[in-house]
Amino acid sequence: MGASPEAGDVSDLLNFFADNVSLLVDRTIEHIVICAIAMAISIALALPAGVLLGHRHAGSFLAINVSNVLRALPSLALIAISLAFFGLSALNIQIALVALAVPPILTNAYTAVDQVDPDAVEAARGMGMSEPQVLRVVELPLSWPLIFAGIRTASVYVIATAPLAALVGGGGLGDIIVNQPTYGLDGVMAATIVTVALAFAVDGLLGVAQRRLTPTGLVVPKELHTIVPPAESDLPADRALA
Amino acid sequence: MRLLFAQDGPVIPDFGRGDECIRANGKFCLNWFLDEFWDRYWPRVVEHIQLTLIALAFGIVIAFVCALIAYRYTRLEVTFSNVMALFYTIPSIALFQILVPATGIGWLTVELALISYTLLILFRNTLTGLREVPDEAKEAAEGMGLPRRQTLTRVELPLALPAIVAGIRVATVTTISLATIAAYITPLGLGAPIFSAIQTGANTEFVAASLLAIALALIADVLIVLLQRALTPWARARRQAT
Repeated sequence: MGASPEAGDVSDLLNFFADNVSLLVDRTIEHIVICAIAMAISIALALPAGVLLGHRHAGSFLAINVSNVLRALPSLALIAISLAFFGLSALNIQIALVALAVPPILTNAYTAVDQVDPDAVEAARGMGMSEPQVLRVVELPLSWPLIFAGIRTASVYVIATAPLAALVGGGGLGDIIVNQPTYGLDGVMAATIVTVALAFAVDGLLGVAQRRLTPTGLVVPKELHTIVPPAESDLPADRALA
Repeated sequence: MRLLFAQDGPVIPDFGRGDECIRANGKFCLNWFLDEFWDRYWPRVVEHIQLTLIALAFGIVIAFVCALIAYRYTRLEVTFSNVMALFYTIPSIALFQILVPATGIGWLTVELALISYTLLILFRNTLTGLREVPDEAKEAAEGMGLPRRQTLTRVELPLALPAIVAGIRVATVTTISLATIAAYITPLGLGAPIFSAIQTGANTEFVAASLLAIALALIADVLIVLLQRALTPWARARRQAT
């Protein structure tokens, strides 16, 4: 098989970092912008919908099935279809990333609010709170840990998938990753390392925010500390077709 | 390739064969697609299914063994989780390239990458499923004098099955999605027509291959839900009782 010549050793990789600081920084910033736009759109679409449906304990069929269908859509297929219909544009990657980010945010928001302790909600109503107050003062604070877990999962998906943007001229770290002829395997590995570091860093930062927002006295379950929480198992798959 | 040899001469493949729609690069030329389906797309569909099934088979075995180990030796959970999360955050389009110097261009590289992406979800869901088995069930098994191994195989695993299958479901659609990207390094599966269309700009190719990939993912998703229902008849009984 034999290692190809460009499969250099660690020093070549370090040299690439040293020689291309500004390239990597530029591409990283583009990457963050692509991901931030996708996350903003996804949160704006999925969070209010999930929270409202959860508050009303209605529409679980809708929330769960929308998530299941979106999750099944292959990212590259979405990019290709949007290429055929819209031509080269920033829409190509955004459609794929939003489809990826909406399911965890929507399911987690729905599940979180839906599963808030009914006694706490009853108590709030008994104290004379209006519905918006119940949502804002009781349900949302108790839901933040799980909602944030969904946002963390979504952002990891988005950061790891955003390199596909470069296939359709979208820039970002993928621009280095899909140009091995130009940057060599060292470039591909360097950009990959930056992408992975970015995913862990964002996940860590959101984890800090998650803990800040969690009311004191509420223990965040251990499984919500991880990068991909097993939220899927909370939702019996057979409800989807029920 | 076979198609190329069948042509009379032109170096540029004449996809149109006189088809108006193809010559005008229509969004989706149904007649052409139906004519070409068996020669051009069906082999890609079969490859795609093979890529997915092989990756899932290995992924399930590896993740299952790791989950059993972590269930027994709790301290190892963090190690497994972190390593698998690291794999999970590597952009697939980069991992396929990075593996090439070590494992060459072909099935082995593609499968190694696809397997690595299944591990985190399968591992977490299996472990969560096992952990969520009610203590009463385990105590009852102990009280009936079941040895540890039988407690595992006859009580804990069946009760963990819904969570395990939920994990397999997510892993399956994820693998179908990522398998399209494998064609970036070698023309295998439904990604192959998509990447060739990125070169040629053939809209019908984009849409046809993408719709097939989407259909494959949605069908697989529904099949697994049906499998889950068949495997866990008691869940159905419980649902009807409530």
